Amino acid sequence: MNYNPYLHPEYETLSREEIDKLQTKRLQETIKRCAKVPFYEKKFKEMGIKAEDIASPADIRKLPFTTKQDLRDTYPFGLAAVPLTDCVRLHSSSGTTGNPTVILHTKNDLDEWANQVARNLWMVGLRPDDVFQNSSGYGMFTGGLGFQYGAEKMGMLTVPAAAGNSLRQIKFIKDFGTTAIHAVPSYLTRLYEVMQEQGVDPRRDTKLRVFAIGAEPHSEEQRQRIEKMFGVKAYNSFGMSEMCGPGVGFECQEQNGLHFWEDYYIVEIVDPETLEPVPDGEIGELVLTTLKREAMPLIRYRTRDLTRVLGRTCPCGRNHVRLDRMKGRSDDMMVLRGVNIFPIQIEKILMTFPELASNYLITLTTDNDNDNMTVEVELAEMFTDDYARLQALTKDVTRALKDEILLTPIVKLVPKGTLPVSEGKAVRVVDKRKVYQ
Amino acid sequence: MKQLSIFIENKRGTLLTVLNALKGAGIQIIASTISDTQDFGIYRIICDDPERAFIVLKEQGITATLADVFAIQLEDKPGEAARVLAIFAEAGISIAYMYSFLLSGKGILVFRSTDTERTKQVIKEKSLQEFC
Repeated sequence: MNYNPYLHPEYETLSREEIDKLQTKRLQETIKRCAKVPFYEKKFKEMGIKAEDIASPADIRKLPFTTKQDLRDTYPFGLAAVPLTDCVRLHSSSGTTGNPTVILHTKNDLDEWANQVARNLWMVGLRPDDVFQNSSGYGMFTGGLGFQYGAEKMGMLTVPAAAGNSLRQIKFIKDFGTTAIHAVPSYLTRLYEVMQEQGVDPRRDTKLRVFAIGAEPHSEEQRQRIEKMFGVKAYNSFGMSEMCGPGVGFECQEQNGLHFWEDYYIVEIVDPETLEPVPDGEIGELVLTTLKREAMPLIRYRTRDLTRVLGRTCPCGRNHVRLDRMKGRSDDMMVLRGVNIFPIQIEKILMTFPELASNYLITLTTDNDNDNMTVEVELAEMFTDDYARLQALTKDVTRALKDEILLTPIVKLVPKGTLPVSEGKAVRVVDKRKVYQ
Repeated sequence: MKQLSIFIENKRGTLLTVLNALKGAGIQIIASTISDTQDFGIYRIICDDPERAFIVLKEQGITATLADVFAIQLEDKPGEAARVLAIFAEAGISIAYMYSFLLSGKGILVFRSTDTERTKQVIKEKSLQEFC
């Protein structure tokens, strides 16, 4: 069957001028919607902002920023722009570092979210005769339901396999003729290992041809390794629950940056210190404004992700801004195997052990394509001369950390005074993963 | 008897730091032991002045403790260690760790048991000679 290369040609192939015009109109609508939210209404009043003041997308600089802290402060429903009866779903973060954040969705919001994901999957060449296996956690994690609804909307046969259980995953891939998988990149390397153990050759024994990878930082090198392992094209996906989830940005078949959908978002890259825009090509913090969201529109949301603009045109015919893969964070959040972790979570747990001192160091490494976390922590006192008790302590700390961050770190006890103490704010995290180099 | 137990990171130079600290304070080591482990180890030392050695190490920021261990004096002849251990085994006492050394023609067996009170009792009952 001959398909159009674009799922939404009327939006995907807009010229830059048309994008500007559409964004101006939609930003005005967003401001009107936000005016119903006391949080924004107050800010607009203070700053003297009205929807009519917006004459171009650049006028967004007149608007206030929104931070994750604002979401926490207004927990749970303080940023709702519609009555709760109009909302049909919420997604919430775990809230381990304070109040959780809650994102509300109307029926239309869910529909538009699915549209974005569907557009992305279509963009990388998937069609309704493909079989899509979503090997991502479901539930509150938006990678599950987000890809599920998008893939269904696109018309593919979907396999909601969820995360883990590699033997079952492989059985599904073979039995259902899976052609595409969404997963975190580290899981795909794990899956490949299990395939090898089982004597399964992905080229010979499966129909796999497309991967959507995201939710954890990965390097170009890691992507290429995954592609070589399986003989499958792997496309980088960007999402964040504050915007909806996956769908916000995705690589096209050029694999040269992620298109961020400017009919849905205004994309800014700012200096995280001065909050002034940085020129194209320079690294800064990604700031996103929702343009279509009904339940919870967000204005100039500071994502804390660092990236840069690669271009505003593309041989694929889409002029939606292309951003580089995420280069790091402007706060201290770590993303490990798809899990967001703040050092304060680690600290909180370590402090519950009287045997431990307060100095610790978190080191992130990539070993055999797997991201690992090592937590070195100083022993407060030599409380025992029994080796078994020190080992038991190591085990207890490991278990307590796992309960908190859902990943098993490597815990190392070190003598007091051996961890580097930096001037002023202590360096708690060393990221040695290839992705940020 | 008092034994110094020092928390040692498995890293080049850490043993030397400890030894230099003791050397600087003029403390003589009589016996010491350390086993190879993956991440960290415990360096156990019998020395001529454990209390002062402990303070010296503390002052230098070295993670250490003073531990009570048993030290039994043996005749310098074959089978002595086996004889003593058989007594503890019979009494149902397990040994957590043990090492030995020779001093002025006497064998000294240093160990920690899993049941301190019971060990004390057995030493008294069987008239084993403690080294101090």
